Amino acid sequence: MSTKVETATRAGTAVGLPLERVDAGEKLRGQARFTGDLDVGRMLHGKVMRSPLPHARIVSLDASRAERLAGVVCVLTGRDLLDLPSPLYGHALKDRPIVAIDRVRFAGEPVAVVAAEDEATAEAALALIDVEYEELPAAVTIEEALAPDAPLLHEGPQRAGLFHGLGELGEREGNVCYRYHIDRGEIEAAFAHADVVVEGEYTFPAVYQYALETHTVIAEHRPDEITVWASCQHPFLVRAELADLFGLPLHRVRLIVPYLGGGFGSKSYTKMEPITVAVARKAGRPVRIRNRVDEAMLTTRRHGLRCRMRTSATAEGRLLGREVELWLDTGAYADNGPRVTATGGDAAPGPYRWAAYRVDAACVYTNTSPSGSYRAFGATHVQWIGESQVDEVARRCGLDPLELRRQNLCVTGEELRAGGKPLDADLIGDVEKVAEAIGWGRPRQRWRGRGLSVGLLAAGAHPVSNATVRLESDGIAVVLVGTTEKGQGARTVMAQIAAEELGLPLERVRVQGADTRYTPYDRSTGASRSTTLAGLAVQRAARDVRDQLARIAGSDPDPDEYVALMRRHFGFAGGELIGVGEVRPRGTGSYAEGPVFWEVCVGAAEVEIDPETGVVTVLRTATVADVGRAINPKLVERQDEGATLQGIGNALFEEMLWIDGQLANGDLLEYRIPTLRDMPAEMTCIVVENGDGPGPYGAKGCGEGALAAIPAAIVNALADAGVPMTELPLTPERVWRRIRELEKEATGG
Amino acid sequence: MEIELIVNGRPVAARLEPQQLLLDFLRDDLGLTGTKRSCDVQVCGACTVLLDGLPVSSCCTLAVEAHGRDVLTIEGLAERDEFAAIERAFARHAAVQCGYCTPGLVLTIHALLAEGALATEDGIRRNLAGNLCRCTGYKAIVEAVRELAGTGNP
Ligand code: FES
Ligand code: FES
Repeated sequence: MSTKVETATRAGTAVGLPLERVDAGEKLRGQARFTGDLDVGRMLHGKVMRSPLPHARIVSLDASRAERLAGVVCVLTGRDLLDLPSPLYGHALKDRPIVAIDRVRFAGEPVAVVAAEDEATAEAALALIDVEYEELPAAVTIEEALAPDAPLLHEGPQRAGLFHGLGELGEREGNVCYRYHIDRGEIEAAFAHADVVVEGEYTFPAVYQYALETHTVIAEHRPDEITVWASCQHPFLVRAELADLFGLPLHRVRLIVPYLGGGFGSKSYTKMEPITVAVARKAGRPVRIRNRVDEAMLTTRRHGLRCRMRTSATAEGRLLGREVELWLDTGAYADNGPRVTATGGDAAPGPYRWAAYRVDAACVYTNTSPSGSYRAFGATHVQWIGESQVDEVARRCGLDPLELRRQNLCVTGEELRAGGKPLDADLIGDVEKVAEAIGWGRPRQRWRGRGLSVGLLAAGAHPVSNATVRLESDGIAVVLVGTTEKGQGARTVMAQIAAEELGLPLERVRVQGADTRYTPYDRSTGASRSTTLAGLAVQRAARDVRDQLARIAGSDPDPDEYVALMRRHFGFAGGELIGVGEVRPRGTGSYAEGPVFWEVCVGAAEVEIDPETGVVTVLRTATVADVGRAINPKLVERQDEGATLQGIGNALFEEMLWIDGQLANGDLLEYRIPTLRDMPAEMTCIVVENGDGPGPYGAKGCGEGALAAIPAAIVNALADAGVPMTELPLTPERVWRRIRELEKEATGG
Repeated sequence: MEIELIVNGRPVAARLEPQQLLLDFLRDDLGLTGTKRSCDVQVCGACTVLLDGLPVSSCCTLAVEAHGRDVLTIEGLAERDEFAAIERAFARHAAVQCGYCTPGLVLTIHALLAEGALATEDGIRRNLAGNLCRCTGYKAIVEAVRELAGTGNP
């Protein structure tokens, strides 16, 4: 048998197969360790005292009674931060103190932390901290924050963080910390000559990501070294921010990431790590802080949004122009607000062949809890708005919405954003597939509707990932890659890629989680980037090992011979072959040149409305996972199903509500997420493999698009059933009121 | 207070505070960290264990309530023969993602299968609605349960 044939047979040992997850057994048996399951010894427990007011000056803070309580080791307050180079952090804008200094900007802001021998003691000590506040006027909503006489949340010059990734950030204007603007073509002309103009104002609510495992951090601070075990998605970015805050070189900060109990963006960038390190520094012992759900809700959330949009078209249904104004409520601190704003701005036109469009997006500070990333941010915010206007154009032109999309959607290779990545997907093919899956052409029934939606999400973030593959002398390959396993199946996919390249069965490949001391750099786990970028680094590293083996063997080696070959190479039963893989940007990797790929957000839904109660039932959904190449098709489908249910929650009932600056539904008794009863009877995920991705084997990321697509499809399905909506979530009350309103209009009342 | 109970088939005697939760007793005192904490308010089901064979939320159960009774956690179930079928079905259908809801869900399913409460589609929807999962979208879980109940395509 020639070596060529061997290579051919080997292709397909792992990639493209619906293999079982490598972590399934461990997780099913309760053996998988999450941060909260660890005990690092001598560990204290931290409890956070939080501000009761949305905006106030701290007049005095006295923790001496708390410090005297038996079992309490120390209490951290703003005064303990004065020796730091700067106590402010934030990867986009350095605007957030580790713990409040002199002032609080939202109800729930950390004011002090008690470290005690056990959680109960720490909790009890919180009541012994005496704080006097002087209440300040608060701006709780976007409208209040934009008012001419609005109280300002932040003063002084704006300072950029290490990882905003957005070029020039610009200066703060009042409570607006970031603006994103796109202007393309002659916008006035695109409306002046239009036959049809659709316009409206829209609202999208603040939403809680709810990862079942809440933010949990254990930190140890020795004089010149910090070790952190954290439920974090982006260990390398957290490491850099901690090094910056505490004045240490990178190698003196070590992040270790066990399994994560879900993330969905809630554990992206830096969250509870700085405060935990600060209290550990004061205590001189390791400290663990575990958020309760009510605290997790106050730690990060999805931005609420206000939007004004108009769309113009010819009478034949040719789309002409779109003008969009967006305001995103980022809460008291920017967190990832600027990028969410830019991504929302990019998603706002939708992937159509416009004559002109203009987008003005603003990221606005308010006296509420900070907003960051949540799966498919930006796209989820605006796709339902833009797509509802596309459908309205179709209705006014007497065209089928699918047909209108066929005529107006961009095709592969067309430019979407000046200087950015052109379209890299077959959107028309994708939307046709989901339409068929929900029976698009079938006759309609009263109070039932069907909707389609198409959109794109700028994905990949900054394309830098490194990986190492070590082939041990027993023939087992160990993959070192910084990607966080948060449920998406990253360890399985990385193992499949390495197995494929080395011709090994999956059992002979091990994937380690991130430990920044040993694991090569990976920018982050988010923006659907892991398979595409970290996966490419793993592929390159595994190929490097295979090339070394080929050189040792003098031919393409048989995997069964690896152990013997290495023994020959090293002269004994030891040594290892180390392969390295690097991924870096072709150009500068700037946001303007990006994205790495456009994640496809295409979906369809059929709904039923109960006109008596306003209750909406999602009967069937279909989504497209346009992944280029599915490394593991089963896991791809599972990603879309999870995103679909989150999309149903976001569309139908999830909403964080503030009353007088207080989060009014701040726990899971009041804030409902989808249960099994909310699952549509039919949920179809279509995996599309056109090999058009920049990742390994032509792959590109997935798992977020469905979350943007489903709310949009549901909104369009409601309009199709005769109930157009402009405010999410589609609660029974809202839908019921809208139906009554429409009835009144119809009878001329 | 002193309590005696059976945990995963083995007798356990312990001294504890009367207000200690069963969840903390299992995780902190016995090191059985397979039982997970999430909502603290009996909504999510992540902390579910079986008390005399019936699912309870250990976050809202006092440890003293388990005195003289039989507690089964995921670590105990995993040692039993019946576990193999559940493990196979969940792995095959990729019904595990982050795995945080999984132990509570598996114990609930184990108890309800024995009662025949998951034999119909409606039974599955109604009886498993108390276990939240934010990752899977539930479809994979339903497929695994159908297989275990003998009502779906394996
Ligand atoms: S933690 Fe017990 S039900 Fe959620
Ligand atoms: S698998 Fe993550 S919550 Fe269920």
